[in-house]
Amino acid sequence: MSKPETPPAPSCSQLFWVFTRIALTSFGGGVSGWLLREFVQNRKWMTQEEFLNGLSISQALPGVNVKNMAVWIGYRLLGWRGAIVGFVGIIVPPAIIIVLLGTIFSSLSRYALTHVALTGAAAAAVGLSLSMGITAARAVPRKAVPIAIMAGTFIAVALLHWPLFWVVLAAGLVSVAYAYARAS
Amino acid sequence: MSEIPHTSLLLSLLAVFAPLSLVTIGGGQSAIADINRQVVDVQWLSQAQFVDAFAISRMAPGPGSLLVTLIGWQVAGFWGAVVATLAIFGPTTFLIYAVAHMWSRNGGARWKRALETGLRPVAAGMILASTYVLLQAIDGGWFARAVALASTATLLLTKVNPLLLIGAGVVIFVGLHAISLA
Repeated sequence: MSKPETPPAPSCSQLFWVFTRIALTSFGGGVSGWLLREFVQNRKWMTQEEFLNGLSISQALPGVNVKNMAVWIGYRLLGWRGAIVGFVGIIVPPAIIIVLLGTIFSSLSRYALTHVALTGAAAAAVGLSLSMGITAARAVPRKAVPIAIMAGTFIAVALLHWPLFWVVLAAGLVSVAYAYARAS
Repeated sequence: MSEIPHTSLLLSLLAVFAPLSLVTIGGGQSAIADINRQVVDVQWLSQAQFVDAFAISRMAPGPGSLLVTLIGWQVAGFWGAVVATLAIFGPTTFLIYAVAHMWSRNGGARWKRALETGLRPVAAGMILASTYVLLQAIDGGWFARAVALASTATLLLTKVNPLLLIGAGVVIFVGLHAISLA
């Protein structure tokens, strides 16, 4: 494999603006695709393999994927300063936007139509959640133990209303131990 | 900014969201069922207000977990938003930082694979549970569920921009509301 040419490392402010721009233009998912495009294909700041490693870890570890990925990329490029820049760039600008949106909608909340409109938005947005759930379920190995863990997690959280923290701790430990034992 | 709200309120925001931060495996989606339960149980928001906040968080850019920022803002203003944001995003940031630091040096391929494959079914179960809870929380009965299922099918089968679907949901509901009034 040929060694990819080493591009100049980005500056902190360059990195910040790339993350902020991606954060502000990512509606309802697909952010990983944008990150890949910017960091690997356009700017060549990291290799695709390095990126995909980070992506699988970001998804496997707890924490919002996009934020995990931003911290991972930032750390790889600029160490701890990059990690901070990634975190702030991907969180703070959209946090300000959502508070503004919330304020606008709450000033409109005396109109019944606002709740009707938001219910329509929520109904369509549940589709994002469900389609992601279906995609995630498809990626589960077709074996008794993983499927039982998936079903058990669903029942405990959705039907029995057990606290998520303990459900995930227990299910996660069993599931990772099982995967570790089989991965020999 | 606004005066600092009662410390105990900020502490309870921290106590609710920081533990949830550690279980948001598979993205923020997975914690929504539990956020809904806790926020409505302690009466920070009504169920209708929660669904509104959820809808706003889906229309806004950025990570969906900023829903928590919005809840913090509604419960305790500026400092509520700051505390809730740090609580939901902070703890796992140290975790990914530590892992990013270690990943480059250690081998441990078996552990890496075990983590990736082991957490997958748990994440899938959680995301489906959140979807189920949301479907039940939404007003509009079978019609809202039909819209949700149509939206799911569209997302699975096409590469449509999700914002367009959300806009379509708004138009359908407002249109139906107008017809029912006429």
